[in-house]
Amino acid sequence: MPRSSSPSGSPAPSAVGMPLLSRRDMLKMVGVTAGAVTLPELLAACGSKKSGGGGTASKTVTIGSNASDAAPKAAYQQVFAKAKASTGLDLQVNTVDHNTFQQQINSYLQGTPQDVFFWFAGYRMQFFAAKGLATSISDVWDKIGSSYTPALKAASTGQDGKQYFVPFYYYPWAVFYRKSVFAKHGYQPAKTWDDYLALLKQQKKDGYVPLAMADDGGWPVQGTFDYLNMRINGYQFHVDLMAGKQAWTDPKVMDVFNHWAQILPYHDLQGGLARKWEEAAITLKNKKTAMFLLGSFVAQQFSGADLADLDFFAFPQINAQFAQDSVEAPIDGFMVSRKPKNLAGAKTLLEYMASPEAIATYLKSDPTNIAANTQADTSNYNALQKKSLELIGSAQHISQFMDRDSRPDFVSTVMIPSLQSFIKNPTPSATSSLLSSIEKQKQAIFVG
Amino acid sequence: MAMLEKAAPAGGTPTRRRGRSLRSLTRRDRLVLALMVGVPSALHLAFVWVPALGSIALSFSRWEGIGGFSSIQWIKTLNYKQIFTIYPPFWPAVRHNLEWMGFLFLATGVGLFLAVQLDKRLRGSRIYQSVIFMPVMLSFAIVGFIWHLVYSYDFGLINNLFHTHVDWLGDSRINLWSALVAASWRHVGYIMIIYLAGLKAVDASLREAAAIDGANEWQTFTRVVFPALKPINVVVLVITVIEALRAFDLVYVINKGTNGLELISALVVSNIVGEASRIGYGSALAVILLVVSLVFIIPYLVAYFRANFGARGAR
Repeated sequence: MPRSSSPSGSPAPSAVGMPLLSRRDMLKMVGVTAGAVTLPELLAACGSKKSGGGGTASKTVTIGSNASDAAPKAAYQQVFAKAKASTGLDLQVNTVDHNTFQQQINSYLQGTPQDVFFWFAGYRMQFFAAKGLATSISDVWDKIGSSYTPALKAASTGQDGKQYFVPFYYYPWAVFYRKSVFAKHGYQPAKTWDDYLALLKQQKKDGYVPLAMADDGGWPVQGTFDYLNMRINGYQFHVDLMAGKQAWTDPKVMDVFNHWAQILPYHDLQGGLARKWEEAAITLKNKKTAMFLLGSFVAQQFSGADLADLDFFAFPQINAQFAQDSVEAPIDGFMVSRKPKNLAGAKTLLEYMASPEAIATYLKSDPTNIAANTQADTSNYNALQKKSLELIGSAQHISQFMDRDSRPDFVSTVMIPSLQSFIKNPTPSATSSLLSSIEKQKQAIFVG
Repeated sequence: MAMLEKAAPAGGTPTRRRGRSLRSLTRRDRLVLALMVGVPSALHLAFVWVPALGSIALSFSRWEGIGGFSSIQWIKTLNYKQIFTIYPPFWPAVRHNLEWMGFLFLATGVGLFLAVQLDKRLRGSRIYQSVIFMPVMLSFAIVGFIWHLVYSYDFGLINNLFHTHVDWLGDSRINLWSALVAASWRHVGYIMIIYLAGLKAVDASLREAAAIDGANEWQTFTRVVFPALKPINVVVLVITVIEALRAFDLVYVINKGTNGLELISALVVSNIVGEASRIGYGSALAVILLVVSLVFIIPYLVAYFRANFGARGAR
């Protein structure tokens, strides 16, 4: 699975073939009763050899990585090689399959995690910080803070106001299109909602399916909801809604779905819910569809002249009060586990990872992302990277994506099926009963 | 099952003999016996009963899987109430599980039919056997992948071959049936091979006798051969029911068990697996699945054992 599909946080196929389900928590139970922590121990034991003796403790920093795909893995290898040279630390990296890492994060962090681990910004970071499974690194931020925008700092801050996360790179979501298609018909990137509707209408008339659509895994359409909500109700409302602090029965949410219902018929609905994003990207490439709202990783399906033809615009403004002040750009970075063996070393490492040099080394090997560090060298960026940088630089707020801004269990067990049923039946009456169903389930999940 | 059948007749008298000899056993024999019975029992207890009871206990709790026992909140039957009232995928999942079972029984019929045909020593029956059995050797993950290539809306075999525009996997009105065809593709081969083995074991003299009595092929099959297959039928029935209730991998590969492919097992996984696991809620779903399974399996097994062993004891 490509790394980029991870914005989903969708459960991994690696879970496939698991026998009768309850066995998993049974194992946990057995572990607990036996006074041992089974799964996490096992997991941790799999990769990290316990370095014998504490003598070298001050030099050794262990790292739990989820960068299992070839390109990022190689890129990180180079970064850590340089980090070793620069900090004099002995770095021991344990790389776990991306999706497995994500699925096991609960037990991993409770077991014997590495000192530093890879993770995501936003609510998903705050959740574990609030559970006491991460160590605050506010003092690191005192040193590195000037390299990051306030939006990035906010995305790295826990609910208690302390920092827990060092951002490394991110990738924005936007409306992607082919320049040649737009040039041929004289289309202009839409600035406002009315422009957008007119554009969709015109594209349909010209024989395109205006908007590509994928929803395999249930996450791709979440981006549409996020943008609509941020454009209509603003970033703060969106984040509060995601954090369970606002009611889904609020008319403001209904308004979001009303707007969505207006553009829904312009989507490539036939087969849409089962389509993989890679397949949808190909419909854009083949000019069957004219636009595609997705993360910048859509570029992975394009190469050569096709890649040069790919461009994007920011999701249009709907409510003038919020204009286009928010960008959805999931951030990947690093955290420190709750009881690191070498806290000082971990902090030294994070300071290095926050340096412009570290991210520059990384992006050289994996140029599909944007450096989070504002002082990083951007002269080698390709056109899409440069434009992504502009898009994010102009944003006052950066959202992380629905499943990163909210409780993962809420998103996977409630929102994925709910958005699917909205797409199948977008009538106002069905939507309003859907929203009250979401609210009831939300109240059952967001407790304590 | 067939072994049970054979072992049973020997079981009647030896029981008494064993009872007598137990007293005359040496201490060492008794120790060995205790170990041989005790170790498996302990393992059974530890790996089957403790987790099962643990699951049942957890189903009355709210627990995110973070922290020890102290972080478990006991909430009585709240999980069950919520599952039955405000959890939209639950009832569809129950219905889908039942539909799955019904369809698999049809597939079982097809498997039986194929087995009967292949039993006639057609030319090349070995090849047919291998071809039909092949899917059984594939994991459901691979089956899901293969059928995705067949069903894909844009690039799938069916839609391209027949120029149809059917959303086989994305349309929630039909994707269950698409998945069932894929599941049956595998199930048929499995059932076929079991029945084929059973048919080979049917005494040829039975057929000859039927033929001499003037029975036609259909009569021979329904009145003589099929009843002779009874032990196999029980195995097949249990397998089919279990396959239907534990069905999970295929829908999980297709779309994680959402959008028309909800199954109870998939709901358990989507609640328990993941970062912020709802252990209690998922356990409650698992317990429901367990109860449903027992409802189907127990009465049949009870009836079966009563008919076969109870009757023999009386004889």
